[in-house]
Amino acid sequence: MTEPELLDCRGQRCPLPVIALAKRLPRLQVGAVLRVLADDPAAANDIPAWCRLRGQEFAGSPAPGVYEVRRTH
Amino acid sequence: MARQALLAALDDGWADPSKLYAQARRARQLLDAAREAVAEVLAVRPDEVFFTSGGTAAVRDGVAGRLRPGGAIVHSAIEHSSVLRAAQRYQASGGRAVSVPVDRLGRLDLDAWRAAVTGPGVAIAVLISASHEVGTVQPVADAAAACDAAGVPLLVDAAQSVGRVPVPEGWSLLTASARKWGGPPGVGVLVVRKRTRWSPPEPDAGPDPGPELVPGTPGVPAVVAAAAALRAVAATAQAEAARLSALVDRIRTTVAATVPDVEVVGDPVDRLPHLVTFSCLYVDGEALLHALDRRGFAVSSGSSCTSSTLRPSHVLEAMGVLSHGNVRVSLHSETTSDDVDRFLAELPGIVARLRAEVGV
Repeated sequence: MTEPELLDCRGQRCPLPVIALAKRLPRLQVGAVLRVLADDPAAANDIPAWCRLRGQEFAGSPAPGVYEVRRTH
Repeated sequence: MARQALLAALDDGWADPSKLYAQARRARQLLDAAREAVAEVLAVRPDEVFFTSGGTAAVRDGVAGRLRPGGAIVHSAIEHSSVLRAAQRYQASGGRAVSVPVDRLGRLDLDAWRAAVTGPGVAIAVLISASHEVGTVQPVADAAAACDAAGVPLLVDAAQSVGRVPVPEGWSLLTASARKWGGPPGVGVLVVRKRTRWSPPEPDAGPDPGPELVPGTPGVPAVVAAAAALRAVAATAQAEAARLSALVDRIRTTVAATVPDVEVVGDPVDRLPHLVTFSCLYVDGEALLHALDRRGFAVSSGSSCTSSTLRPSHVLEAMGVLSHGNVRVSLHSETTSDDVDRFLAELPGIVARLRAEVGV
C-alpha cells in the first residue's frame, strides 16, 4: 500500500482548500487517495459535501484537520 | 401600518401602564388591547401572552421558567442561537443538553427526538417551527405528540412562522419576534399555555403581577405597533405566502438551471414561503455577499467567512451541505416579481466572475 499523495492547505480558508482539492484530484490515478491537510473548520463540512456533489469518495478523516479523498472517476 | 401605530402610540401610550393616573390608564388600555390582538391571532388566551424585549429574551425566559438544577434540555441541532446559548448556559450550571440531529434537507430526526425526550430528567424540549436558515418546516405536531407522551413541555420557536403560516397545536410554550413579522425591533412574545408548569424567571418583579410585567418589558408604543403589524400581516398571510412561495419556486428552479455547480438546500416543498438558501461551489461567501450588495440585493449567508467566529453555520453543518458560497434570500412584502427577475438575471454573471478570479 503506497502512501497517499499529500495536499497541504493549512492556513487557507474555505473555499480555497476545496478549490485546491478540485484542481489536484483529477491528476491522480482513478482509485488513488489524496490526503488533504486543512485547518479551516469549514473543511470538515465542505470536503465531504464536495465529494458528494462531485461523486468522489470521501474516505474519512483519520485525524482532526486531515481528510482523505479517493478518486472514483 | 406598524409605523402609524407606533407614532399614534407614542402620543397616547407613553406613560407607565402600572401607575394609576389618567395617561397611565390609557397606556394600560392600549397594552391590554395589544395583548388581546396578539392572543387572537395566535388563538390563545390573553393572559397566556407575555411581552418581552425581543425573540431572544422570550426564548431565554421561556426556557429559564422550566429549568431546575440537574435536569436536561432537548433541542434540535438547527435551533436559533438564542436556544443554543440557553442550552450552553444550562450545561455550564451542571445541566444536560441533548442535541437531536436533522437529515440532509434539514428535517428533524423524529426517532432520535422521541428517544431524547423520553430520557431521564428532561425539563423542556425546544423545536424551531421552521428553519430560519434553510426554510425547512419541522414536524411540530409529531414532535409535540412525542413530548406529550413523555410528559415533557415543548417550546416552539415560531419566530419564522408567526404572521406567515399556521403553527401546529400541541405545544406548551411558544416564542416569536415582532421584527420578523414586520413590527418594530425590541418586542418579543412568549406564550405559556395555562396547563404548563412554569415559573416566571423573576416572580417578584413588581407589585402588579400582570403578565406584561416580565422584567425587560418593552414600552407600550412598541408593543402596540407590534400588535397592529401582526394583525395586518395575519389578515393577508395566506395570499402573501402564496405569492412569495411562487417567487421562491422560481428562484430555486432558475438558480439550479442557470448557475453551474450550485446546491439549493432545504426541503423544496415543505418549507417556509419566503426563504431560500443555496451554496455556490468554489465561491467565497463574503465576496458573493458584497457583490450582490453592490447591485442592491441585501442577502445573508451561512458561510464561515461571514461569521465572527469563522465557523460555518451550525445549520448547514448539521445538514452536511456545502457551507461556502452560501446565500440566503429572504423575501418580504415589498419584494416584487421584477426584483426577483433582476436578481436571477445578475446572479450567474456574478458567480462566474468570482470563480474566474480564483481560476475555476
